[in-house]
Amino acid sequence: MTALPDRTERTLGLVIDLDTCVGCHACVVACKGWNDQGYGAPLSDQDPYGAAPQGSFLNRVHSYEVTPATGPAQHVHFPKSCLHCEDAPCVPVCPTGASYKRVEDGIVLVNEDACIGCGLCAWACPYGAREMDLAAGVMKKCTLCVDRIYNDALPEEDREPACVRTCPAKARHFGDLSDPESAVSQLVAERGGIDLMPEQGTRPVNKYLPPRDRDAWGEDSDVLAPFLTPVAEEPQGFLGWLDRALGKL
Amino acid sequence: MTAETQIELAPRVSDEIRKTTCYMCACRCGINVHLKGGKLVYIEGNRDHPVNRGVLCAKGSAGLMQATSPARLRAPLRRVGPRGSGTFEEISWEEALATAVSWLKPLRETAPEKLAFFTGRDQSQSFTGWWAQQFGTPNFAAHGGFCSVNMAAAGIYTLGGSFWEFGAPDWEHARLLLLFGVAEDHDSNPIKLGLARLKERGAKIVGVNPIRSGYNAIADEWVGITPGTDGLFILSLVHELLRAGKIDLEFLARFTNAPVLLDSDPRSPDYGLFLRDDEGRPLVIDRHSGKAAPWDAEGVEPDLRGRLRRAGITHRAAMFDIAERYLDPVYAPEKVAERCGIAPDQIRRVAAELARAAFDAPVVLDRPWTDFRGKEHRTMPGRPVAVHAMRGISAHANGFQTCRALHLLQSLLGAVETPGSFRFKPPYPKPAEAHPRPHFRATPGQPLDGPHLGYPLGPEDLALKDDGSPVRIDKAFTWENPLSPHGLMHMVISNAAAGDPYRIDTLFLYMANMAWNSSMNTRRTMEMLTAQDEDGEYVIPRIIYSDAYSSEMVAYADLILPDTTYLERHDCISLLDRPISEPEAAADAIRWPVIAPDRDVRAFQSVLLDLGARLGLPGMTNADGSATYADYADYIVNHERKPGIGPLTGWRMGPHGLTHGRGGPNAAQLDSYIANGGFHAEHIPPEAAYYKPWNRAYQDWAVAFGLIDKPQPYLIQLWSEPLRRFQLAAEGQGPRQPPEHLRGRIRSTLDPLPVWYAPMSDAFEDPAEYPVHAITQRPMAMYHSWGGQNAWLRQIHGVNPLYLPTFWWERLALSDGDWVRVVSSHGEITVPAAHMAALNKDTVWTWNAIGKRKGAWALDADAPEATKGFLLNHVIHELLPARGDGLRWANADPVTGQAAWFDLRVRLEKSAAPDQSQPVFGPIGSVVGQGPGERP
Repeated sequence: MTALPDRTERTLGLVIDLDTCVGCHACVVACKGWNDQGYGAPLSDQDPYGAAPQGSFLNRVHSYEVTPATGPAQHVHFPKSCLHCEDAPCVPVCPTGASYKRVEDGIVLVNEDACIGCGLCAWACPYGAREMDLAAGVMKKCTLCVDRIYNDALPEEDREPACVRTCPAKARHFGDLSDPESAVSQLVAERGGIDLMPEQGTRPVNKYLPPRDRDAWGEDSDVLAPFLTPVAEEPQGFLGWLDRALGKL
Repeated sequence: MTAETQIELAPRVSDEIRKTTCYMCACRCGINVHLKGGKLVYIEGNRDHPVNRGVLCAKGSAGLMQATSPARLRAPLRRVGPRGSGTFEEISWEEALATAVSWLKPLRETAPEKLAFFTGRDQSQSFTGWWAQQFGTPNFAAHGGFCSVNMAAAGIYTLGGSFWEFGAPDWEHARLLLLFGVAEDHDSNPIKLGLARLKERGAKIVGVNPIRSGYNAIADEWVGITPGTDGLFILSLVHELLRAGKIDLEFLARFTNAPVLLDSDPRSPDYGLFLRDDEGRPLVIDRHSGKAAPWDAEGVEPDLRGRLRRAGITHRAAMFDIAERYLDPVYAPEKVAERCGIAPDQIRRVAAELARAAFDAPVVLDRPWTDFRGKEHRTMPGRPVAVHAMRGISAHANGFQTCRALHLLQSLLGAVETPGSFRFKPPYPKPAEAHPRPHFRATPGQPLDGPHLGYPLGPEDLALKDDGSPVRIDKAFTWENPLSPHGLMHMVISNAAAGDPYRIDTLFLYMANMAWNSSMNTRRTMEMLTAQDEDGEYVIPRIIYSDAYSSEMVAYADLILPDTTYLERHDCISLLDRPISEPEAAADAIRWPVIAPDRDVRAFQSVLLDLGARLGLPGMTNADGSATYADYADYIVNHERKPGIGPLTGWRMGPHGLTHGRGGPNAAQLDSYIANGGFHAEHIPPEAAYYKPWNRAYQDWAVAFGLIDKPQPYLIQLWSEPLRRFQLAAEGQGPRQPPEHLRGRIRSTLDPLPVWYAPMSDAFEDPAEYPVHAITQRPMAMYHSWGGQNAWLRQIHGVNPLYLPTFWWERLALSDGDWVRVVSSHGEITVPAAHMAALNKDTVWTWNAIGKRKGAWALDADAPEATKGFLLNHVIHELLPARGDGLRWANADPVTGQAAWFDLRVRLEKSAAPDQSQPVFGPIGSVVGQGPGERP
């Protein structure tokens, strides 16, 4: 087994805005595309043109309906990948030490050379964020695009995870959550970012920004009512108002 | 042991990046295609591109799987078995082209109209239309008639531009966005980027849609409207705003035709037409002089309360009719709410929010400008209410007038081309008058007398023969649908099979899956494609089809011309048809072969040019009979539509070297596009960037750049004179008269002011018998059936349940895993059901085009798309049910002919679970076999 580091030098992670995520799956496929040719074994697909296509993905979008006590039902899109937990339960359970958390930036990785594909880590992860690649027989998970973020072969502006770079709704943000001045920390502070399932005690690094209130305009009715104060009820009265209004122009 | 291992932090993903244009949907984003050792390895968005600015959707990234899809056609094919069986033999290109020429040449020489050429999701319409024009057939159009022609036509007739390709919300200044009926599709990445920008700026989004998914899921307020009632909702908003005097009088007086004088005498033959001067210019009353003056005369200040009696006839400003019409209490929220499926309070709240956003805090840009009447303005004030709408309101039989109503609402608020509102993208603004009229006169051996598709201004522009019968096979530009500027592709097969208005010889289709998800009444369409006459000949004798993939349509053609994928060919996304402009810039783009085809396939446009040369078509053939253009790339660079104007505006050759806009051909033009990332953008100067239809600086810029030949300011047409001319004809005026059975319908639906009427089908089907509305959306991660063979995308959307709202879910006592029978007046399907609470109470829906025919797209016959996936198309008919009047009425908008997909009404019954979605169709033979067990 591997011990988790006592502390990491930085705490890199994602901040995902559930207020703007439209559930388009752009992040899912950009991730698949990058990691199919990136870190470790390709992300295989079984039966890709057959009756039961199934492949490995490091990031998936789930959708949930929420029906509030008052007001119409809402629809929340929820992208989920490894949350790079500070107390990652997937790491200590690994019998070969293949799963580890990097000291320099806190990224949780799998050393595929050492992975025996036993699946204990996936069992230990309360988020279901790891997927076994059936072709390679090794455990796959989000690497936070460790092969992009330090990659000096890429333009500096592209040194961010593929899912963040591609997100059309700008719902994904990447940065150092241990630095209170970082843009991601500021976002979390401003928008009340939350941990996923904090009761699990995993101390996830990734944060979610909750959706803003929806359908809450009824509370403005006093403010809004004057905007509809009638100037006229009949065409004749309206034309009189028009005369007066035009006179003022 | 320690797990810390050396990992490669800076691998090289590729040895070359080629920048081209995506074609995974219609949005045309810029992509960086990474290649390693000549092989595709990764696709990402191009950060410099005006459309997507670096981001890319799921489809775009999955382009990798499209380029290696086993469904790609491999070689030209000739049918050897019965039509529909999918049995073909591979032939050479020489044989394929010679066959096509042997079919087409005699038609051109004797009866060019016997060729019907329709081009689906074509992005080269200025080219394909030109080819058809040179051939001489009147029968050409693309797919707009079954997509969003209502939106396009209403936009152009009213505002001089439309949503999506020709206009966009002002994301930087809007404070409120009203989003109607966007079924998760067009515009893909720009809308998402724009919504994110609005959220970042704290602007509010109101989503009007029966379904709360996608963009509507993130809207601040959701109006879960009943399908087909958007127009009524909008006119109720108009009613409330008029009643409260929350309208922009200066905007209406200066930039709309509300002050234009109308003949207001019901006994006059010109009743409802504009009062014009001797030069034909509509007149207004000038507030300075109190006298009549041409609308566009220098210094005129039009009076919204203008009246004039001339030659015994009373004329009044159109504003009088607008006020009288919409102040009518029939539009009060209480009167419309039940029909719209929403509460009266919500209508009032949205109206008040519109008023607050528009009038409480106008946006004022500090930019002096001069309008077309010479009036100088120190600033650019704007009403920060933006609107975007798409198929959801368009695909109804009342869609044209609903879109007109939306434009009326925008205009009353002063929210067109003003800061914070809706802005045109070049080549728009451009009013209907500045477009061509329809051209349709076929002469054997000669080109057509002009472009096919145009904007009729009155009955004289209809495409009718002397006996009143339709000239075109799709019956576009006839009394049944007078303003059909995109044609009616969805009626071609049905009309050709019925020989109504005549029989054709060759049906030539490109990129349109008419034997499956692109046709209403799919089963019957397949029967029509295979129907034989008493001699055993096919009723549609010959079918040529070009597609890149083994789609369902392939099996129904006689000759297949296999196209390349979008990464293997040249294309141009041209300002001559549907460019990639943004409100701040005129922009166009190219595709170029970033990989070489590994099969015996050819780019369709190059094949058309080759065919054109073999047929000796003008413009494509030199005097010595040789081909004018080697291929499509050669055409893109060297073709000139008129001197100095070609398909691309960037890097043309001017008198003093390279220039943009007007200029001669430049042999190195495509190299310049490639070096610039595949596109060119010409920025509009800031003083010209708003108020474009009325702004002298914009008009002058557009002339200089070559978009227009002379300044063409115009007024927003709140009162539509072309519609009134058709209505007048229906009232018995004028030499060209509609058939008797259409008079009443034309009178009521071609109203010169926006009007709401119930979907036509409500008069043919009992709403009590069919109480549920059924509609479709396209998933953001998939587009039509194209995504179906994509190894990654089909894992995201491989099945499509029918989503039922809580009311019907409980009423039918359904639980997870149950199936329902969906019955319309035309047919029935039995499909898997799922519950969704965020839905209009009486609306069910499913994803479009997930269902596949067994044998198509190189998928296993047991693929979920072919076993559980289904099409709603099977229960939609292109005609409304017979009602005993001896006629069959089209299931379409009576103004434009737009297919009314979303007027579908059904009833639902719980069903025992069948082993597959019903109906089941037998497999078609696959010309590409079945995809391998592993990804290529």
